[in-house]
Amino acid sequence: MKYAYSFLAVIALILIAWLGSQIPGMQYFFGVAVPYLAIMVFLGGFVYRVVYWAKSPVPFSIQTSCGQAKSLDFIKPNRLECPTTNAEVVARMALEVLTFRSLFRNTKSEIYDGPKITYESSKWLWLFGLMFHYSFLIIVIRHLRLFLNPVPEAIAWLDWADSMFEIGTPAMYMTDAGLLIGLLFLFTRRLFNRQVRFLSLLNDYFPLVLLFAIGVTGVLMRMFLRDGVDINAIKQLAVGLATFSPVISTDIGAIFYIHLFLVCILLIYFPFSKLMHLAGVFLSPTRNMRNNSREVRHINPWNPDIKPHSYAGYEDEFREYMVEAGIPVEKEPTPQKDEA
Amino acid sequence: MYNKTMIITGLVIFVLMVTFPVWYNGLDAGPLPKPELPPGGEKECVASAAFMRDKHMQLLNEWRDDVLRNSDRVTVTVGGKEYRKGLQLACMECHSNKEKFCDSCHDYAAVTPTCWDCHLTPTEAASKKEAH
Ligand code: HEC
Ligand code: HEC
Ligand code: HEC
Ligand code: HEM
Repeated sequence: MKYAYSFLAVIALILIAWLGSQIPGMQYFFGVAVPYLAIMVFLGGFVYRVVYWAKSPVPFSIQTSCGQAKSLDFIKPNRLECPTTNAEVVARMALEVLTFRSLFRNTKSEIYDGPKITYESSKWLWLFGLMFHYSFLIIVIRHLRLFLNPVPEAIAWLDWADSMFEIGTPAMYMTDAGLLIGLLFLFTRRLFNRQVRFLSLLNDYFPLVLLFAIGVTGVLMRMFLRDGVDINAIKQLAVGLATFSPVISTDIGAIFYIHLFLVCILLIYFPFSKLMHLAGVFLSPTRNMRNNSREVRHINPWNPDIKPHSYAGYEDEFREYMVEAGIPVEKEPTPQKDEA
Repeated sequence: MYNKTMIITGLVIFVLMVTFPVWYNGLDAGPLPKPELPPGGEKECVASAAFMRDKHMQLLNEWRDDVLRNSDRVTVTVGGKEYRKGLQLACMECHSNKEKFCDSCHDYAAVTPTCWDCHLTPTEAASKKEAH
């Protein structure tokens, strides 16, 4: 049922944008007000979440290591799996972020009669996850052509490379297929893998459905429902938004407002959802710390400031009372003058 | 807040990246494309201007398939004048200045149709004719 609700939610959003954008005057709301609000919530929420995380102390070196730590000289350390220097941490983090290295180690466990459990390498999640994320990134970069005037050469080049197969006019982009196929896999995995299905919540399904709807409306707009998709008018609006002088053309079709509204919802939803793993991956103590607990003492920053108090010092402070109470002391009190 | 320098540097880089279009454009929306109307003085296109703006690439694709795959070499009549269905044979007859018409929009939207790898622009076609 959880996935059904996420479909319902996205359908409701589509209807809001579709019907809403047909009301005269509401184009300004969907084309200007909502996008500005969305980008502000996105940036504000993003900064808030990161600062909030950065306020939590990390007293211990809790990074995950899966290799030999640096110890004695004659034991070969595994520099990538157990990083001890900043450079090694950066290298491991870069591989994680750019190639999803830990996902590459994903395994699938199955129980057979016996009972016997087996673990098998399972690369599908890695493959489709990587495909989805890179497609998404390239699509977002390519969209800059709608926001930048003049368009930098690099973006035109990316556009060319992405539409290299020249299927149809305007040419189909490879990353559009990558995005939609990747999302389809990620979604069906949640439905058909029993363990994952058991764990999945509404807020696991919803972003997938939302992104899928964004991709589908984008592709529809480019390849199939071009009525009212005058790219120049849309670009005028987009560049206008970026230069704080938005111009709305009346003949932009509803499909564009649906696309844009869903993107705005995504931006608003982003900082408060699991999508924050974009920043989270960099802030994971298990990945961004050095495994240097042998070299550096990690002190819990919320410890109260307690001065060391040795026994000798303790006795110095309380010696007279101790003697009075008959408690044995290590150093006899110096006899007082008048007693002598 | 812990690791202040790292966190703030990271956040500043992120915000600058997201707001890149603002810095890049520098509050200047830049020139708008002004496709030149046909120098020959024609008043109508093969379809309404709004239709052409949205869908001329799809129309061209259909025409190419009609002509080359279904050998449907017909003529279209616009404003009483007949044009043979095609890119060079119809569009470029009226829109005879590709640079000031097609390119003006395409530069703005950063599209570079590959058609001109094979098809001749009116200028090229004219210079070819002279050479022969
Ligand atoms: C690989 C070279 C090549 C490319 C690239 C190319 N064409 Fe063509 N095109 C041809 C050839 C060859 C013909 C056949 C001319 C004929 O038989 O009349 C043709 C014919 C056509 C025709 C029908 C008749 C005519 O003369 O106009 C159309 C329409 C057309 N092309 C459109 C396009 C469009 C639009 C593009 C760009 C998206 C394009 N073509 C790209 C080679 C090419
Ligand atoms: C008979 C001459 C003629 C032919 C043939 C012709 N056009 Fe046009 N085209 C025009 C005129 C005139 C206009 C301006 C119409 C208007 O503003 O109402 C125009 C407008 C356009 C526009 C919209 C420009 C704008 O300023 O918004 C596009 C795009 C376009 N034509 C593309 C094409 C393509 C592609 C072809 C070939 C399939 C073609 N035209 C064939 C005369 C022609
Ligand atoms: C009113 C502005 C305008 C004019 C004039 C115009 N185009 Fe376009 N054209 C566009 C836009 C915008 C796109 C990109 C559409 C997209 O990205 O979805 C485009 C895309 C195309 C494409 C598909 C490119 C691809 O990515 O495969 C072809 C082919 C094309 N135009 C041909 C022409 C020809 C030929 C002319 C001149 C006769 C012309 N156009 C004039 C705005 C224009
Ligand atoms: C999360 C961000 C976004 C995603 C994932 C996304 C996705 C897509 C996809 C997959 C396409 C199909 C064609 C292509 O790949 O270029 C597309 C097209 C399009 N998108 Fe987006 N989009 C996003 C944001 C936006 C925004 C903010 C705008 C507002 C200007 C926008 C406007 C358009 C337009 C006008 C097209 C049609 C392009 C064309 O015909 O060439 N998109 N989008």
